[in-house]
Amino acid sequence: MIRLDGNSIAGVLEELFGREMTLASGRCTGCGAEREVGALHVYRSAGIVVRCPDCDTVLIRIVETADRTWIDLRGLSPVQLSS
Amino acid sequence: MRTLVLDVPGWNVHRPGQHVDVRLTAEDGYQAERSYSIASAPGEPPAITVERLDDGEVSPYLVEEAVPGDRFELRGPIGGYFVWEADRADDPLLLVAGGSGVVPFRSMLRHRADVGSTVPTQLVYSSRTFDDLIYREELDELAARDDGLELIETLTRAQPPGWTGRSGRVDAELLREIAFPAERNPRVYVCGPTNFAEAVADGLVELGHKAGRIRIERFGGT
Repeated sequence: MIRLDGNSIAGVLEELFGREMTLASGRCTGCGAEREVGALHVYRSAGIVVRCPDCDTVLIRIVETADRTWIDLRGLSPVQLSS
Repeated sequence: MRTLVLDVPGWNVHRPGQHVDVRLTAEDGYQAERSYSIASAPGEPPAITVERLDDGEVSPYLVEEAVPGDRFELRGPIGGYFVWEADRADDPLLLVAGGSGVVPFRSMLRHRADVGSTVPTQLVYSSRTFDDLIYREELDELAARDDGLELIETLTRAQPPGWTGRSGRVDAELLREIAFPAERNPRVYVCGPTNFAEAVADGLVELGHKAGRIRIERFGGT
């Protein structure tokens, strides 16, 4: 599967969170690396899977259907947003 | 390859390096969405330069079928990560493009010229052949302004007679020879197909550039 960047899901994230998210940073619960969302690795198929560029831990999963969206952020904690 | 200028009601002024998401909906409700970098400078109408992919779901329409007056769904401007703005930057700027990865850099370089920035800047632009080079004349003109922009083009597949640019891929060897060294601490933006972008980023890290100074925009497939 082709690897993309966190920046490639900026539009999806902005719709879900109501703000620009690619400059938010988060800590990988696997290895502790702190990264901006735009720098994370993204894989897209039926859903979106975001992985840590350092250790490959799954950080975010997003599945969108016609009438709802599931978001699993448990691999990325905490997430910091600059105001 | 085709550049489309878009008329978007309520468009917010974009930042150089941002993109838009284009969504097409078929009569049966099937939707396809793709991201395209904005090719124009802030203050200009948004433009996208689209490369036709044979098995693409969106690009064949945009390149071959769309005519003035057509409407489609668009989200944007989007993204803050792959943005470069002249007024916030004094560090040298190193841009490395593979193929249509040059599109966001056209926005950055137009912007850089518009605001009169003289930040030392290099655009390293890799293309398969001479005819595949996008914005060739415009980039030559920008580089001829003598304002600190250096254009380095390399052709990987074939070089025309009299070609004075480089040949071959962008690798650590080429970057060592021509790009700002890591000691100058440039801000680096790399945009291109996934394999290209990762090879360039690996080469830069090998030369001592910090991974945190390198922003990558990969694109893949259809």
